[in-house]
Amino acid sequence: MNTRKYLNVYKNFLHTSLASELEYKTNILIDLLTAILSLIGSIFLLSIFFQSNSSIGGWEFKQALIIQGIYTILNGITNTWFNPNLTEIVKHIREGTLDFVLLKPIDSQFFISLKKITPSGFLEIMLGVCLLIYCIKINQIDLNLGFVILSLITIICSIFILYSLWFFISTTTIWFVKTWNATEVLRSFLYIGRFPLNSFSFSLRIFFSVFIPIAFITTIPSEVFLGISQLWKILLEVLVAIVFLFTSRKFWLFALKFYTSASS
Amino acid sequence: MISNLINRKILTLLKVQYSNMLEYRVEIALWAISGIIPFFMLNIWTNNNLNESINISDIELSRYFLCAFFVRQFSVVWVVFSFEEDSLLGKVSPYLIQPLNPFFRYFAQHLAEQITRFPFAIIIAFFFFIFNPESLWIPNLGILLLSIISTFFSFLIQFLIQSIVACLCFWTEKASSIERLLFIPTLFLSGLLAPVVSFPEYIKSWIYLTPFPYMIDFPANLLSGNSTNVSGGISMQILWIVLLFPLFKKIWSEGTKKYTAMGS
Repeated sequence: MNTRKYLNVYKNFLHTSLASELEYKTNILIDLLTAILSLIGSIFLLSIFFQSNSSIGGWEFKQALIIQGIYTILNGITNTWFNPNLTEIVKHIREGTLDFVLLKPIDSQFFISLKKITPSGFLEIMLGVCLLIYCIKINQIDLNLGFVILSLITIICSIFILYSLWFFISTTTIWFVKTWNATEVLRSFLYIGRFPLNSFSFSLRIFFSVFIPIAFITTIPSEVFLGISQLWKILLEVLVAIVFLFTSRKFWLFALKFYTSASS
Repeated sequence: MISNLINRKILTLLKVQYSNMLEYRVEIALWAISGIIPFFMLNIWTNNNLNESINISDIELSRYFLCAFFVRQFSVVWVVFSFEEDSLLGKVSPYLIQPLNPFFRYFAQHLAEQITRFPFAIIIAFFFFIFNPESLWIPNLGILLLSIISTFFSFLIQFLIQSIVACLCFWTEKASSIERLLFIPTLFLSGLLAPVVSFPEYIKSWIYLTPFPYMIDFPANLLSGNSTNVSGGISMQILWIVLLFPLFKKIWSEGTKKYTAMGS
């Protein structure tokens, strides 16, 4: 009963936000072009790194392309769902419209995280999938059921970790009000998810596994793709994803206690 | 008399914008932090000994990336986003009545932000030298002066390009997607992520004719004391400014003729 209600509401969200986004058709076209150019640019950068070296941090060029593919998919998901919705939280808090969200007979986190959608991010997801399929071919990975299930599990966990990070940072605006660019800081840190973690120095590797778990977001799924990941790493990623999702939920509920409407 | 008036206007604008920016110190600090990507890139370069193939020592490369960080900090432009918001909300109308081109307002905003940003950039550089004490150097006064001028020129080039894009708001309403498209070549070709000398020959043959290397690579090389063609670089910067300025004037006068206020 309850899930059906949420599904119904989500269908309406999709309908309204698609309708309003499709008003700007040339915009979507330009965004598509941007996504393609951005992928070309990062492959170009990678090719500069591999100009004279055959491997970086133990990754060959064709293997590093897998990381690019997964990064592109995750970036597409960020642009489609996380970016349009979670940057809106700041606006809600500044203008006091969060009241209207809280008053609705629906979970506020659900409403705030899924209200909007940017369709141009879909192409980025598709580009990433195409790149991954190409990588499967050039790396001669044999597709079997176990491989598909494991890679799907790790990618879904990555999405959850990424979502929790975004949501966590956006929630802090309840205290700081005007820090809408805190997500920009996160974005610039996530940028290094395009490269294998092993190519960084030891201290940065520790930083990016413990504080901002970029290691879990792109490197582990790529290792699963290559079939070189150990089981404990996959289990750890699942655990990290659950912990992140759970704490971000708790943190939101905790933060709401401190929300004082616009003029109070 | 007239120049005196303009001076007073600009000074007043600067003062107003500076006190406005000081209110948002945390936000500006966050912007400064989000610009640390060059340091991550440096880490990849030196950690994998990629610089050996392009004959740049570790120290030269770390100075280059530090300077790239600095140049980027003082040439960030966001005029298109401000102008788009103002034009969507109809705030441009009162600005147009004033006897001052509204772009002076944005220009003052950017300069004021740079002044506010300065201490944060210094703090980040300080931490950089703590971790890399061997790359500490003091540029001589002449070089410092020249690189400040060329960084300002780089800012002017980017400000003019973005102002031209911003004027497209008169036709399309959402010009920021065009800016995001233009940002991709800026990101990959300006030298922020990899110095232009490391680019393959087929790119190097034409890139110096475009404005991109003069945005980051040239001022950063100048400031870090690496060998570079000083007079050639500065004259190319001036050439681009001279080319872009009339284009901006033209598109501005065409756009304002086309402008219709909200409700007309």
